[in-house]
Formats: sequence, structure tokens, C-alpha cells
Amino acid sequence: MDQSALRQDLLRSMLRIRMVEEAVADLYPEQEMRCPVHLSIGQEAPAAGVCSALANGDQVVSGHRSHAHYLARGGDLARMLAEFYGKATGCTGGLGGSMHLTDPEAGFLAATPIVGSSIPVGVGAALTARNRGEDRVVVVFLGDGAMETGILHESINFAVVHRLPVMFCCENNLYSVYSPMSVRQPPDRSIVEVAAGHGIRTWSGDGNDAEEVAGLAEDAVQAIRLGSGPAFLEFSTYRWREHCGPYYDNDLGYRTQEEFESWRDSDPIEILARREGWPDREQVALDIAEEIRAAVEFARSSPFPVSDSMRSTLVPSS
Amino acid sequence: MERMLGYGQAIREALDQALADDPDVIVMGLGVPDPKGVFGSTIGLQERHGVERVFDIPLSENAVTGIALGSATTGLRPVLVHQRVDFALVSFEQIVNQIAKWRFMFDGRLSAPLVIRMVVGRGWGQGPQHSQSLQALFAHVPGLRVIMPTTPSDAKGMLTAAIESDDPVICLEHRWLYNIEDLVPQERYRVPLDRARVVRSGTDVTLVGVSYMTLECLTAAEMLADAGVSAEVVDLRSIRPLDIDTIRESVERTGRLVVVDNAHVVGGVSAEITAAVLERSFASLLASPVRMGFPDHPTPTSPALADGYYPLPEDIAARTAAVVGRPAAFTPAERGERRLDQPDTSYQGPF
Ligand SMILES: Cc1ncc(C[n+]2csc(CCOP(=O)(O)OP(=O)(O)O)c2C)c(N)n1
Ligand SMILES: [Mg+2]
Repeated sequence: MDQSALRQDLLRSMLRIRMVEEAVADLYPEQEMRCPVHLSIGQEAPAAGVCSALANGDQVVSGHRSHAHYLARGGDLARMLAEFYGKATGCTGGLGGSMHLTDPEAGFLAATPIVGSSIPVGVGAALTARNRGEDRVVVVFLGDGAMETGILHESINFAVVHRLPVMFCCENNLYSVYSPMSVRQPPDRSIVEVAAGHGIRTWSGDGNDAEEVAGLAEDAVQAIRLGSGPAFLEFSTYRWREHCGPYYDNDLGYRTQEEFESWRDSDPIEILARREGWPDREQVALDIAEEIRAAVEFARSSPFPVSDSMRSTLVPSS
Repeated sequence: MERMLGYGQAIREALDQALADDPDVIVMGLGVPDPKGVFGSTIGLQERHGVERVFDIPLSENAVTGIALGSATTGLRPVLVHQRVDFALVSFEQIVNQIAKWRFMFDGRLSAPLVIRMVVGRGWGQGPQHSQSLQALFAHVPGLRVIMPTTPSDAKGMLTAAIESDDPVICLEHRWLYNIEDLVPQERYRVPLDRARVVRSGTDVTLVGVSYMTLECLTAAEMLADAGVSAEVVDLRSIRPLDIDTIRESVERTGRLVVVDNAHVVGGVSAEITAAVLERSFASLLASPVRMGFPDHPTPTSPALADGYYPLPEDIAARTAAVVGRPAAFTPAERGERRLDQPDTSYQGPF
């Protein structure tokens, strides 16, 4: 693909994530989406860039902040919104809500919100790929906080020992809820160096530059497909809104307004739009707005699930 | 002096006083010093007692649980805080294999005087991984104490006693209790860790409530009174050890038992209570005991499904009336603007 076409794809993907998340933020105060939401506004580039490097059949696993990953991978928008609204047509029929997304056909395997807990699931999916001889790369998205869990290190270790086709992608947005890095990790220690200590190949880059992300992911995916074993990528980025919920929370004082503004000024969409020119921007935005309008309409007008439909088949019972 | 305090404020006061009275007490957990302070229960404690005694932790609950044990067995009195029970599950090995058995397997030469607070979620789509109430899992393990205070005054007094106890104590706090207030004494005081409490007296039937379900039982008892049924309500408070004597004494007077757990019925605390009563007070029962709680599947997220998941006061009243032999239908309690997935309209999630 030529570079301009790639940029336009990345721009479209990021703008779509941004507009969907903003629509969720706008609608959330109506109190009809009654589940916790962790929005990805400001950190669209890693999702768009990494997923642009994937092929059909590749799989993605994520955690609590998964909307961007689901959308960038091609997960069904209408079914995601219906899920937020708790509807029967949601991607988990109303059982999981925003924190438990899935669209296996699209290559978005699963997201679950216990931090670290979905990481080994991605490694297991890569084990399936290896044993069945399937040419498949599995991407595991995680945050900087997950670096502090033991299970992340156990998972990387296993993946390296077995040379599994898995790509760990860490979005370092400097915070775990309201806790800055300084109270969680040593000051002069880089995340990729910790990963490299496990003997995994690492890449790191500007997580607000989708083109750079896409390039690194492309290299890493290629190396994995050539059989060189797992990869670990770190992208620096920033969450604009509150940790969980639709609002801004800089007033709480856990981070400064200046810090927030400096990150907002390096808006991943604007960075790439400036580079590309992007004459189609308006039309793309109109198309996305129409897609969102229809998806919201679908979600709102869908029926709620009825309680008896799933219980007997989904849980073995006496 | 007594004054009205919320549940979180009462816990905060217990922690504050323990930190002030004993230099070995420490409080740690994800978000402990952050602006929200674990639903208000730890706000300002770091400022008052210093960063070496009140601190945030890396996202490493498993290791930090072992670190709590190591510090406890060498002299500190740690209080570890989790914003959800579900998050504490990553530290289950430390709790079950190490902490619970520490004193026993070292023949009393070592002990594990620590407290682990865990918040039970409910409502606003907390769903499968943010609303489990796993007291039965912990209560199954000898060596642990497990408490579930319902009122702010019990929360303060039991947490104070828990911190002073030489045993490891698991303290489970229902998220919706943070929205209630109660008269709480200002001075430091202890409430025993092994005593249930009769919170309403009655003569026809004994309702045993666990944590938030005690409040639902009290509402049900009001409804039953209107229907001419006199229900006694017992707040269980202590899950392990179980205060079977208080429950038996009540059941032997009323002849009937309904246990309402804030958890799954199958394999739950309600089974343990019912079995203990049947074993010891069988002859005084006038009707089969009844157990109520969550259905036998994980918590769904959609309010359309979660609304039917939790026993409501009218459900408790109806089951109880049937046990007493006076079947009746009960109209739902007045809720105003409140929907079923919130304790009151001030709670709008997301957490
Ligand atoms: C084991 C566990 N502990 C605590 C939590 C509560 N929690 C949810 S998200 C989060 C912060 C995660 O930070 P990070 O991994 O950096 O991701 P970010 O939110 O920044 O995207 C925490 C502590 C949890 N879900 N699971
Ligand atoms: Mg983070």
C-alpha cells in the first residue's frame, strides 16, 4: 500500500474511534448506557496503527480500555453500542457490557477488565495457532499498569520459551487510574527494557503518531510471521478523559492542566492530518457520523434481553 | 459523642484512629491516597500519617498480599484495600495457602495479624467481574476471620477490632452501604468480630440478612408487619466464625428461618447457616428453612437482566409470608426516581 493510502486509512480509523467515543461521552449522561466505560479518546493511534498491520485471521485481545481496539480491528459498531445499552443485540447479548467485548469473526477475540488477566489468553491463542499450523499473529493490548502484574511477565516468558506468534502492545499513558508512574515503577527504568530482559524482541515509538506505530507494527508482525518468536511494543500516549466515565477529570488534581494540554496539542489525528493534507476529511467525517447515527438508532431501538434465554445453556447447572 | 457518619467516613475514622494509636499500622492499596480515596474511606490519611504508612501500590495485588503477610509476621499491622473483591482474586493463593495457615503451620510461633478490605460491587452494569460477593469462598478456609459489617457504626467498631486482632481478617464491604448514614461514636471502640446482632425483634419468623441484604430484610419486615406477620431480623455481621447461637436462639423462639445472602445460594453461607440450625434446632422448626440469594449464574451486565438477579424486599416478604403460612403478594417498595440498579439517584456509576 502506498504511504498516502495508509495514512488515509489510519486517519479514517482514528477519526472513527474518536467520533464513536465522543458520541458515547455525549450520550452517557442520559443514563441509558448503564455500565462503566473506559474511553480511548486521545490514544487512538496505537489501536489504528497496530491493527493496520494485521491480516485476516489475526486476533486481538484487550483489557478494560478496549473500544478502540475492537473498532480498529473491525468489530461491529452497532453491536458494540447495543452492548453499552444492555440490549439483546449487543455483542455479548447484554451479558458483558462495555468491559467484555467480543467479535470473533472480525478477529477481536476478547476483552476482559481484570488488569493483566487477558494477557495469557492471547498467548494461549498463539499456542493454538502454532500447534495447528495456522499462520496467525495474536495481538495483546495492555496498559502501563499491567506491566506491574506478575502474570504479564509469566506470559512473556512462556511466549518466548515457546516462540509463539504473539505481539504484546503496551500503551503507556503514564497513569493507572489516578496513580502516576512515580508511585508504581522505578523512575529511570523503561518498559521496553524490562520486557527485553525476558529475551523478547522489542520496539518502541511515539504512540500519538499512527504512521510510526503502523511502521513498527508492520516490522514486528513480519518478524513474527517469519518465525522469530514474540514481540513487545511500547507506545507513549495519553488518555484525555477520566479513567472511567464520560467526563474530564483534571480538576481532581492528580495531573496538571499543563500536562494535559501539552498532550492534547499533540492530537494523533491532527498530527497525521497535517502530514497528509487529508482533503477528504469532511466527507469521511460525514460518513462516520451517519454510520454512528444508524448504530445508535439500532442500539436504542433494539429490545432488552429476556432473562431466561441464556441461563440454562451458558452455565452448567443442577 | 455520636454523630451521623457515612459508611466510608466511619471506616476512614477507624483507620485514622488506628494509625494514630499504633505506629505499626499501615494502610495500602490501589488508589488509597488518590483523590477519590476508595469511596472516601482513605481520604486524607496519607497527609495525616505519611507516605511510609499510607500508600498506593503498583498494580501487583498478588505480591502486595504476600508483602502484607511478611510485614505482619514481623511486627506491622497492615490493612490492604481492594476496590473490588474481584481484584483480590489474583491474590487468592497468598490468602488461602499462606495467610490463613500461617499461624497453624508454624505451630503458633508466627502469626499473620492483617486486614484485607474488599468492596463488593452492585448495579450500573458492574457485571460478571465487578460485583462478586465471595464470602463463602473465604469462609471455607480455616484460619481466616470473615466479616461483613452492615452499618457505619459496626463498620468502624469491627474494623477497629479487626486491626487489633492477631488473626487475619477479610472485611467485605458492600458498595451500596457507602450510601447510608448512621450514628457513630467519635471515640475509638470495638465491636466483636464473631457476633450476629438482632436488629429488629419479632415472633413469627427469623430473617437472617448478610450485609446489604440486612437492609432489604428490614424493609421486608416492615411490609410483613403491614400484612400482620412479625419478623425478627438478624444482621449476620460475622461470616466466619458464624454466630450460630444468636441465630438458634431466635429461631427457637420463632420456629421459622429465612436466610437472605448477598451471594449465590448454591454452596453459599446460607447453606452453612441452614445446616447448622437443622442440626441443632430441628425440633423447634415449624416450617422448612428457606434460602434466598443470587441465581446460579454470573452477574449479567444489562440492567434488564441484573434487575431480576437480586432479591428485592417484596420478594423476601413474599417468601417469608409463605413460610409463615400466610401467602400474600407485596407491592414493590417506594423507589421514586431510583432505578433498580442504583441504591439511590446519587449513584450513577460508573463504578
Ligand atoms: C487486578 C485488578 N486490579 C485493579 C483493577 C482496577 N483497575 C481497572 S483499570 C486500572 C488501571 C489500569 O491502568 P493501565 O493498565 O495503565 O491502563 P489504562 O487505564 O491507563 O488504560 C485499575 C487499577 C482491575 N481492573 N484489576
Ligand atoms: Mg495507563
